[in-house]
Amino acid sequence: MITLSNVHKAFGANRVLQGVNLSVASGTSMVIIGGSGTGKSVLLKSVLGLVRPDSGQITLDGQDVTKADRDAFLARFGMLFQGGALFDSLRVWENVAFRLMRGAKALPKRDAREIAIEKLRRVGLKPEVADQFPAELSGGMQKRVGLARAIAAEPEIIFFDEPTTGLDPIMAGVINDLIREIVVEMGATAMTITHDMSSVRAIADNVAMLHGGVIRWTGPVGEMDATPDPYVQQFIHGRADGPIESVR
Amino acid sequence: MTAALGALGRPVLEALAAIGRVALFAGAILSHILRPPFYLRELGASLLQIGWFSLPVVGLTAIFTGGALALQIYAGGSRFNAEAVVPSIVAIGMARELGPVLGGLMVAARVASSIAAEIGTMKVTEQIDALVTLSTNPLKYLAVPRVLAATLAMPVLVAVGDAIGIMGGWLVGITRLDFNSAAYLKNTVDFLEPWDIGSGLVKGAVFGFIVALMGCYHGMHSARGAQGVGRATKSAVVSASVLILAANYVLTELFFTS
Ligand SMILES: Nc1ncnc2c1ncn2[C@@H]1O[C@H](COP(=O)(O)OP(=O)(O)OP(=O)(O)O)[C@@H](O)[C@H]1O
Ligand SMILES: [Mg+2]
Repeated sequence: MITLSNVHKAFGANRVLQGVNLSVASGTSMVIIGGSGTGKSVLLKSVLGLVRPDSGQITLDGQDVTKADRDAFLARFGMLFQGGALFDSLRVWENVAFRLMRGAKALPKRDAREIAIEKLRRVGLKPEVADQFPAELSGGMQKRVGLARAIAAEPEIIFFDEPTTGLDPIMAGVINDLIREIVVEMGATAMTITHDMSSVRAIADNVAMLHGGVIRWTGPVGEMDATPDPYVQQFIHGRADGPIESVR
Repeated sequence: MTAALGALGRPVLEALAAIGRVALFAGAILSHILRPPFYLRELGASLLQIGWFSLPVVGLTAIFTGGALALQIYAGGSRFNAEAVVPSIVAIGMARELGPVLGGLMVAARVASSIAAEIGTMKVTEQIDALVTLSTNPLKYLAVPRVLAATLAMPVLVAVGDAIGIMGGWLVGITRLDFNSAAYLKNTVDFLEPWDIGSGLVKGAVFGFIVALMGCYHGMHSARGAQGVGRATKSAVVSASVLILAANYVLTELFFTS
C-alpha cells in the first residue's frame, strides 16, 4: 500500500504539487492522468525519493519512505522513465540486466544475459537488439528497453511513466497487455502515467486525475465515464472547451 | 550603505557556500573509495580514458615546452656566460614545475570537460535518477572510479611528460645549440635530485584529483537542458585550471621553502 498525504512540492515559484492525497493498494493498478506539466512525473519521483517533497508524507506499507533503508526500499521498485533514461555507454542487454548483475544476489553474466533477452522478447524486441547500444535504436524501441529494464528484476512495485507514447497502436496494445499481466499474474503494484485513454481502460483498476496540484478525481476505472466531474469529462473526451484551459 | 555591504557580501557568501559544497562532495568521494562495492570495470575504463588516451597530448606539450625552455635558458644564460646550465635547468624546470602544471592543465582541458559533459548529460537525461532506482549509488559508480583513475594516472603522465620534455631540451641542445650529447645527458643526470621528480609526481596526483573532482562535481550539479550541460562543462574546465594553479603555488611553498 502506497499512500501520499498532503504532499507539496514547488520548484521556485512554480507550485507543482499542492496537497496531493492518494493511496494505491498492493496488487492493484493505478493510472494517473492529467494535463501535460501538471506534475505527474514529479509525483512518481517523489515516491521514489528522487524528488524531495517540501511537505507532506509518503508511506509504503505504513512506513515513511524517507525513513526507510534506501537499498531495501529501492530493491522493491522498478521504474520506467518518461525519456527511457537508458545508460548509453552500456549495451542494451547490459541495461536490462543492470540490477541483476549487481548487489548481494548478483547473477553470473550468462544467466543475466539470458534473462535480459527473455525480457526484451516480452516487450517485442528481437535478441539481435541485445548487443546494440541504445543510441542505435529508435525512440519507441528505447522506450521498450526501458520497460524491459524496469521489469527485469521482477519488482513488487512498478512505475511506468508513459509506457506507450511513441509506440505504434499494435505495440501499444502489446505493452498494455504486458502491464496488465504483470499486475494480475505476478501480483505487482503498478502506477502508470499515460495520456492514452485506451491504455487507461486496458491497464487500470483505479484512475486518478491530477489537476491544479491536487488529485481532482479518483475512483475505479468503471466509474470514470459516469463521473459528472467536468475536468475528468473534458479530459477523457479530449475536448478543447471546458474548465481545463487549453490555451496557456 | 547596507545595500552596498549586501552587494559585497552576497558573492562572498556564495563563494564560501560553493567551497563548502565542493569540500563535502570531495569528502563523500573519499569516504566511498575504501568501501565496497568496487566498480573495477569502470575504474579500468576510466584509467584507459584518462591515462592512456591523454598520453599524446601530454607528450606533445612536454616536447615543445622542453625545447623552448632550452632555447630560452641558453639565450638568458649567455648574458652572463652560463650557457652550461641549460641541461640541469631544463630538467629541474620540467620535473618540478612545467611537467606537472602544463600536464595538469592539458588534462584539465581534455578530461574535466569530458567528464562534466558525460555526467551532465546523464543527469539531464535522468540516467542518474535511473541509477538510483537500480540501487546503485551514482557517486560510487560514476565519480569514484574517475577520481581514483585520474589521481593514479596523472603521476604516470607527469613522469612520461618529464622524460619527453627533457628529451625535447636535449634534442634542441644537440641540434641547435652545439651541446655534446653525452655531456648534456651527464649534466642532466648529475644535477637532478630524486625529490625534484618526486615533488612533481605528488603535484601530479593532486592535480589529477582536482581535475576529476571538478568534472564530476559540475556534471552532477548540471542544470537542465543542453545549456546546463554546456555551462557545467565550462565551469569544470575553468575551476579545475584555476585550482591547479593555486594548488601548485601552495604545494611549491610546502615543498621548497623551509
Ligand atoms: N527538476 C526540476 N526542476 C525544476 N522544475 C521542474 C523539475 N522537474 C519538473 N519541474 C516542473 O514541474 C512541472 C511538472 O513537471 P512534470 O514533469 O511532473 O510534468 P508531467 O505532468 O509529467 O507532464 P508531461 O505529461 O508533459 O510529462 C513542470 O512545470 C516542470 O517544469
Ligand atoms: Mg511526465
